[in-house]
Amino acid sequence: MFTILESRDLAPSIRYLRVAAPKIARRRKAGQFVIVRVDGDGERIPLTIADSDSTEGWIALVVQGVGKTTKAINLLEAGDSLSDVAGPLGMPSRIDEVGTAVVIGGGVGTAIAYPTAVALKEAGNHVISIIGAQTGAQIVLESEMEVACDEVYVTTDDGSVGYHGFVTGKLSELIDEGRQLDLVIAIGPIPMMKAVAEVTRPCAIDTIVSLNPIMVDGTGMCGGCRVVVGDETKFACVDGPEFDAHQVDFDLLERRNRAYATFEHQRDSDMQAAIDLQSAS
Amino acid sequence: MNELTKRERMAMSRSEMPARPADERNSDFGEVNLGFTAGLAVLEAQRCLMCRRPVCIEGCPVGVQITEFIDLVAAGDFGEAAKVIKRDNSLPAICGRVCPQEDQCEGACVLAKKGKPIAIGALERFVADFEREHDLMHAEPTAIRTGKSVAIVGSGPAGLACATDLAKLGHDVTVFEALHELGGVLSYGIPEFRLPKEIVAAEVEQLELLGVRFVTNAVIGMMDTIDDLLDEEGFDAVFIGVGAGLPRFPNVPGENLIGVYSANEFLTRINLMKAYQVGSDTPIFDVTGKAVAVFGGGNTAMDAIRTSLRLGASTATLVYRRSREEMPARHEEVEHAEEEGVGFQMLTAPLAFLGDNDGFLTGMRLQAMQLGEPDESGRRRPVPVPGAVTTKDVDMVVIAIGNAPNPLLAKTAPDLEHTRWGTLLADATTGRTSKRGVFAGGDIVTGGATVILAMGAGRTAAASIDEFLRTDDWERSVQ
Ligand SMILES: Cc1cc2nc3c(=O)[nH]c(=O)nc-3n(C[C@H](O)[C@H](O)[C@H](O)COP(=O)(O)OP(=O)(O)OC[C@H]3O[C@@H](n4cnc5c(N)ncnc54)[C@H](O)[C@@H]3O)c2cc1C
Ligand SMILES: Cc1cc2nc3c(=O)[nH]c(=O)nc-3n(C[C@H](O)[C@H](O)[C@H](O)COP(=O)(O)OP(=O)(O)OC[C@H]3O[C@@H](n4cnc5c(N)ncnc54)[C@H](O)[C@@H]3O)c2cc1C
Ligand code: SF4
Ligand code: SF4
Ligand code: FES
Repeated sequence: MFTILESRDLAPSIRYLRVAAPKIARRRKAGQFVIVRVDGDGERIPLTIADSDSTEGWIALVVQGVGKTTKAINLLEAGDSLSDVAGPLGMPSRIDEVGTAVVIGGGVGTAIAYPTAVALKEAGNHVISIIGAQTGAQIVLESEMEVACDEVYVTTDDGSVGYHGFVTGKLSELIDEGRQLDLVIAIGPIPMMKAVAEVTRPCAIDTIVSLNPIMVDGTGMCGGCRVVVGDETKFACVDGPEFDAHQVDFDLLERRNRAYATFEHQRDSDMQAAIDLQSAS
Repeated sequence: MNELTKRERMAMSRSEMPARPADERNSDFGEVNLGFTAGLAVLEAQRCLMCRRPVCIEGCPVGVQITEFIDLVAAGDFGEAAKVIKRDNSLPAICGRVCPQEDQCEGACVLAKKGKPIAIGALERFVADFEREHDLMHAEPTAIRTGKSVAIVGSGPAGLACATDLAKLGHDVTVFEALHELGGVLSYGIPEFRLPKEIVAAEVEQLELLGVRFVTNAVIGMMDTIDDLLDEEGFDAVFIGVGAGLPRFPNVPGENLIGVYSANEFLTRINLMKAYQVGSDTPIFDVTGKAVAVFGGGNTAMDAIRTSLRLGASTATLVYRRSREEMPARHEEVEHAEEEGVGFQMLTAPLAFLGDNDGFLTGMRLQAMQLGEPDESGRRRPVPVPGAVTTKDVDMVVIAIGNAPNPLLAKTAPDLEHTRWGTLLADATTGRTSKRGVFAGGDIVTGGATVILAMGAGRTAAASIDEFLRTDDWERSVQ
């Protein structure tokens, strides 16, 4: 049992949770994730470790409720627990001193990118972050990013806050201004990561993305998380989740993530009905 | 005691394992074999010739005292029989069900030549089930504590067997398991219809009674490294039994289409995550009324294809690149699969998997093979028949062509020597690795093998660990 120490909303349907996991807190590095099960019958889902404190023995997760399991997690309060948390898993982000690094987070991806931004800053880089969402209310960790990075740009699809447009629009602006960008890390929805890769490809800026295939064990045992990078099949849970954006077959990833769409949809509407019932009573 | 004459015993026919009817069992996950009744067990035990040189024992990798236990069964003393088996095999309810007996104890039995070997596996299973069902399993922690502690990495048969012996010797034992459930392949690989999970759970419970601690969700290498276990956590020795869990793919076009699973993923979703149960949170590809093909010829392939029938597949075809005689699966599984309606397409290999625009599998291109010259393993190597290529519709495919050792742990322990196949180097008679205080056994050392061999390796290592803990002498037993 892994006790939840704190649980609060960051944005509509995005929740921040601090979970007691001393061993994981001690070992984890930026870019790594855990596999979580909510309860004894639950499925195993991967969640990035957004933050941790090794002396206090906790890790932080930022969870966007997109389906049954993430919504169930987001119903938990401090004092509740998760039945299983395994990790840290995956390869840590490669943190080098490169000069100027741009960290791009889309939606909940900002939370996943946050520890990497912190680590890049600590390694002596000039860190620019671009954080985007559909609308202002969905922007998360802006103030944390302000503290961690040298420059922060907010973008919204509807223009309600910051730059009106996609993160790629802001990124192109920086490139057009002639800024020297040595590394771009993009974490968010697949179409966003794919678009970032296309923006940086012509100018050959090193670009890293964090892939989110469907996982089961997270230890390299099942091969369900396979992705194709530069014509080679990789297991994202052990070889990644971060890969060279210019080599990734995003279309394959997008298709594979739809494998259980019908099942997920049914399960999600059942879950939503249960949540509605609960809040009505 | 056995009153029958040798001639009378020879005249008796072999008791066959009662099984549920094929058309009933192939649509649920209940156990296929029903087990001997006490009457059948005694009858079968009476057939044993009690050979002066029991070659059956030589055929058992752990040397179960077969004549001694069968004699007790013949006398109706099932509880004592269980104790005899457990001197050499701590998991008889499991081995009785899954050992490839025809290659081991039963294959060696003198009556095998006549096609009527003693049903040693079925008897072993009966005795172990009797013990469990009559609540005769009474593990108790050993009174004498040595004050030494051992970390066991992996809770498959190798780790469980090693833990049992060490705990009985009075050492403090902690088992670390990466998954949320214990048992290794016994839990995530072998399906319920062949090995009910309650049996694995009962064995684990016995170990808990012996005082063994279990830590699940502990991915060693990522959470603690081997060095952390020895230096920071203060364990006096470590046993590595992490199995060979890295799935192989045939490396043909289309193998990343939706609907192409590794056997590990398919079976994990079913067995560990219970995806076959209504209301399960873990999805599985819906094969109701669809065509399924499984590639491979081992136990894993049989488990996968029989599982697909139980999920409602309308056709289930096992595709193997050699011929039927070369299939490494247990004979009983092949027979059961056939009875249940599995089709066999031998001497065939995958060339490509074909899909639609949404990335879903729709078909496969197959290459007919023929047997050529023998290869290193002594089996005739399958070679393509020129031009013999066919295309077939298929909705789901499971790849069961073998597993390699998972490099996860090895990567974080560079001072552990391994072979070029990725298996860990460990002395066969002591389990000692290249690193002081670290032992290994099971599939991580041998590559994918059997439950009983993994258990045997766990026990061998336990004896050697005990010696090391008492003498602190690392070199002595290393050959
Ligand atoms: C390495 C890794 C790290 C991740 N870190 C985080 C994190 O920190 N915070 C967070 O909120 N989410 C994270 N995710 C995504 C998260 O695991 C999925 O959102 C979750 O598994 C969905 O489960 P569900 O039951 O709630 O929804 P489901 O019912 O499974 O799915 C609902 C919707 O989400 C899509 N989906 C399913 N699986 C994934 C997936 N793996 N990634 C993206 N979309 C998916 C489905 O296609 C569907 O549209 C991460 C994924 C990976 C692989
Ligand atoms: C589907 C299938 C069917 C089979 N059928 C039969 C059969 O009928 N008869 C037979 O004799 N054999 C059978 N086998 C083979 C047999 O199951 C194996 O040879 C045996 O289980 C090996 O035991 P092990 O203890 O070495 O490893 P495993 O059983 O593989 O257990 C290893 C355990 O270690 C854990 N682990 C891995 N890495 C780490 C880590 N870094 N930290 C912590 N834990 C870790 C794994 O999660 C796993 O639980 C079958 C195998 C499969 C896959
Ligand atoms: S352990 Fe396996 S090989 Fe040995 S006697 Fe029992 S069934 Fe036969
Ligand atoms: S070889 Fe066969 S007949 Fe002889 S003792 Fe062993 S089981 Fe009995
Ligand atoms: S999630 Fe199973 S191998 Fe990556």
